[in-house]
Amino acid sequence: MTAPPPPLGMLAELTHRCPLACPYCSNPVALENRAGELGTGEWRRVFAQAAELGVLQVHLSGGEPLARRDVVEITAAAHQAGLYTNLITSAIGLDPERLAGLRAARLDHVQISIQDTDPGSADRIAGYRGAHERKMAAARAVADAGLALTINAVVHRANIERVEAMVEIAFALGAGRVEIAHAQYYGWALRNRDALMPTRPQVDRALQAVARLRQAYQGRMVIDAVVPDYYARFPKPCMGGWGRRSLNVTPSGRVLPCHAAETIPLEFWSVRNHALEEIWLHSPAFQAFRGEDWMQEPCRSCPRRGIDFGGCRCQAMAILHDPAATDPACSLSPHHAEMLELAELASESGVAEYEYRGRMKAVPRPAPSVVS
Amino acid sequence: MLMSRRGSFRLVRSGRPMAEQGIVKGGHRPKLAPGVRLQFDDRRQAWFLLAPERLMEADGPAKDILSRCDGRRTVTEIVEELAQIYTADRAVIDADVRELLADLVGKRLLQL
Repeated sequence: MTAPPPPLGMLAELTHRCPLACPYCSNPVALENRAGELGTGEWRRVFAQAAELGVLQVHLSGGEPLARRDVVEITAAAHQAGLYTNLITSAIGLDPERLAGLRAARLDHVQISIQDTDPGSADRIAGYRGAHERKMAAARAVADAGLALTINAVVHRANIERVEAMVEIAFALGAGRVEIAHAQYYGWALRNRDALMPTRPQVDRALQAVARLRQAYQGRMVIDAVVPDYYARFPKPCMGGWGRRSLNVTPSGRVLPCHAAETIPLEFWSVRNHALEEIWLHSPAFQAFRGEDWMQEPCRSCPRRGIDFGGCRCQAMAILHDPAATDPACSLSPHHAEMLELAELASESGVAEYEYRGRMKAVPRPAPSVVS
Repeated sequence: MLMSRRGSFRLVRSGRPMAEQGIVKGGHRPKLAPGVRLQFDDRRQAWFLLAPERLMEADGPAKDILSRCDGRRTVTEIVEELAQIYTADRAVIDADVRELLADLVGKRLLQL
């Protein structure tokens, strides 16, 4: 196989710690702890290696990146390496002093999540009282500081009817861009699928709303959408192809082709033991599904194989327990009907309680044992 | 180097109706929108326009136009400067510049 082109983007998961507990979180169910996190100096080295490898944009994410005391220093290090810096945050902890520090570190762009437009519902989804209020204030402060702002809204059964209001709120906050991201079912979201999955008619209405809103906001705000793939006809071109455009560094330095890749049993290398370029080119995890040799039918002979790359490996793993299978989101997959049925069953499950990310599930207490 | 109506920009040609070029006036002083940077990439030996969650290669004329969008030069001045560099007809350059700028304004990558 010829050497792959250099990656364009890198997701830097600075920590898995987060004050929020969103049930759709894409972090792995087994969260990494603080003790294992890369230090400031290690991130500086990773950014320098990334820039040299050809990475142009770095997405500082988590968990909540502001949970790191050295987030300003880390941002400055990424900028000094020549990278375009994007902070992906809940905005909890984005006080004026922090914001000034990040500006001085030459942060390029801030992405703030909102959970809903109704504060009560938003706080319930986030598992954090007062989160919505604080997010609104922080988003305004970001826009007032002249920084480029994106509002990200993950869409699911509890908020999907308010897509239009979420876009309006983003515009009112001064965002230049809004992301309407239908929940993707990995990590915690997969656990919470029954409580999150919208119905087909809800999804159709949301898609129509986004199309309408794009027209209405043309030239004033960019509206990007992450599609709801359980109801799709073709799968998403996940990551623009495995090991083709981007890479992901976990809090402890493991390098993954995507943030959910650890759900597949592969050998991942760490920046603590290998240079980033070596990992990109030669690590077993990156080689596993690069190119087309790994493909099965119907992908192998499909004219769309260069468009959607077989879809998502982690989804094939999650649903079919075979990471080399055609993504069942694809209508050409022999298992597509099963996936659709999973979506329909989940959407009608009536489950309303979330299992919050990183928090203990409420378990009924056992009755005290009786001492005889 | 020749700047022609067709294929001179590798930066996204939108196929947008020509009328929308009308939003760009000669007296406008365009500048990159917040969060947008024009940067040379050593690894690929190419210029890139970097923006929130997207990037695009900006080579040749596109780079020469964008590097002049500094909020000080007017569109007329930018066209004038390009007419010094490229041997194409001035009217052609003017139309090309306006088309590119209008397209980028629509994508919120540029401000007038």
